[in-house]
Amino acid sequence: MPRPDKKTSDQEQAPSTGHEWDGIVELDNPLPRWWLWVFYASIVFAIGYWVVMPAWPGISGYTKGVRNHSDRVNVAKALQDLDQVRGARLVQLRDKTLEEIEADPALQSYALTVGQSVFGDNCATCHGQGGVGGKGYANLRDDVWLWGGSLGDIHHTISVGVRAGGTETRNSRMPAFGRDEMLSEAQRADLTEYVVALSGRAADPAAVARAAPPFAQHCASCHGAQGKGDMTKGAPDLTDREWLNGSRREDIAMQLFTGRGGVMPAWRDRFRPEVVKALAVYVHANAGG
Amino acid sequence: MLTWKSHGKLERNSLLLVIGIIFVVSIGGLVEIAPLFWIESTVEKVDGMRPYTPLEQAGRDIYVREGCHTCHSQMIRPLRDEVERYGHYSLAAESMYDHPFQWGSKRTGPDLARVGGKYSDAWQKEHLTDPRGMVPESVMPPYAFLNERELSFKDIEDRMRALRRVGVPYTDAQIANARTDIAAQADEFSSDSVNLKRRYGTKVVNRDFDGDPDVITEMDALIAYLQMLGTLVDLKTYQAAAPGNER
Repeated sequence: MPRPDKKTSDQEQAPSTGHEWDGIVELDNPLPRWWLWVFYASIVFAIGYWVVMPAWPGISGYTKGVRNHSDRVNVAKALQDLDQVRGARLVQLRDKTLEEIEADPALQSYALTVGQSVFGDNCATCHGQGGVGGKGYANLRDDVWLWGGSLGDIHHTISVGVRAGGTETRNSRMPAFGRDEMLSEAQRADLTEYVVALSGRAADPAAVARAAPPFAQHCASCHGAQGKGDMTKGAPDLTDREWLNGSRREDIAMQLFTGRGGVMPAWRDRFRPEVVKALAVYVHANAGG
Repeated sequence: MLTWKSHGKLERNSLLLVIGIIFVVSIGGLVEIAPLFWIESTVEKVDGMRPYTPLEQAGRDIYVREGCHTCHSQMIRPLRDEVERYGHYSLAAESMYDHPFQWGSKRTGPDLARVGGKYSDAWQKEHLTDPRGMVPESVMPPYAFLNERELSFKDIEDRMRALRRVGVPYTDAQIANARTDIAAQADEFSSDSVNLKRRYGTKVVNRDFDGDPDVITEMDALIAYLQMLGTLVDLKTYQAAAPGNER
């Protein structure tokens, strides 16, 4: 095979391979020079890479390379460095009480920054952007609380969650008065009117009167005789005009039927104690009370 | 170069060409196939990893069917920012019973490797039914039809047998009881849940995942799968700094 003339890349002058069909001739052009050099350079680079980085598998393990590179070691180091950068503030978050954090403006502002970042990625998916809540998900911006609105209460709720399983979680379950056939349809209709009346709205007086005994018997143990709720049981105040699952009669009737109770994860399983504290400070600072 | 000059000889001699092709292809094959014989050594020793329950496996099949992996990865890489956001980086052990694995390569949505337990069942159901109802800026399509479709698991035993053939250690008892295990896991008050937990471990949760106790829907299966993701391996006992685990 004659070596193609280096000086001519012109197709017309490239040697023929001897293949010809209907006047179409197959020429033996060399590969483009730039391509060939990139190809050779890649081979050289690959050999260098085998020496420097982990590369070849063997019977028991693999070649580690002269850099002894390990992504997992690197990430552990990077996380340590991150803690170094956060440094003193992180230690303070860990060691100080929630009240101390809130009292120290510099530390509080740090906690708010951490809290906002974590809230946006983890909490806002349910509680809404900024914590404005939604149907079935508590509004965290107002001064109405299911499980208590003090710093300690909020911290505890975030830590252990609500109905999240385990023995420590905040737990309560409203009975499904309809689905489990504990109350008749007529009784539930009356109770719906009673709850509407509790919130200070116009309701059918006869129904309200009929509903008083069943309310005292079935509801008052958690929601209180006056319907004021009980934060130790997560039982909402029925006399305010804040509703977790909707304010309309249908919503109230549905709640009586299903006894729906939301689930919130126990975030201490996912975050470090410092982060849970920062979240508590953030939620407390953004709430109305 | 000698070979470069003599490629004409190679191309004109069919026997020589066949031998050449076999030689080159076998190098490629060796590089791709040989490591599979040592794959055991790449899987970390961990506590808690178990084969998926039939309900979770059925949910996984729906996840694959709907192409969730085209937008969601299940692979937290060992990078600082990912570990900060999603939690401990994914381990090989965590996808050892995945056939095929769902690591994905594209994140239009967030990584799901540790989504289990991050949201409530009710949230998962509402979000799958109407993503923008929960997350206004979401571009995820709605999967409301999963609520309506009864879960078809008449071939679940065959699916488990197929998985066993490729290495998932399902026992005969697990396969034989697959249907009762599905029913047990989708019902919080099931009396069979004791047997389910005996077969798959006490950490298995049984409850009505989609809030509709009358029928086991595809939504039940998918949520059961999602709520399990990333929760199996006990990361507290995992030795990240052990020599074999640093890589």
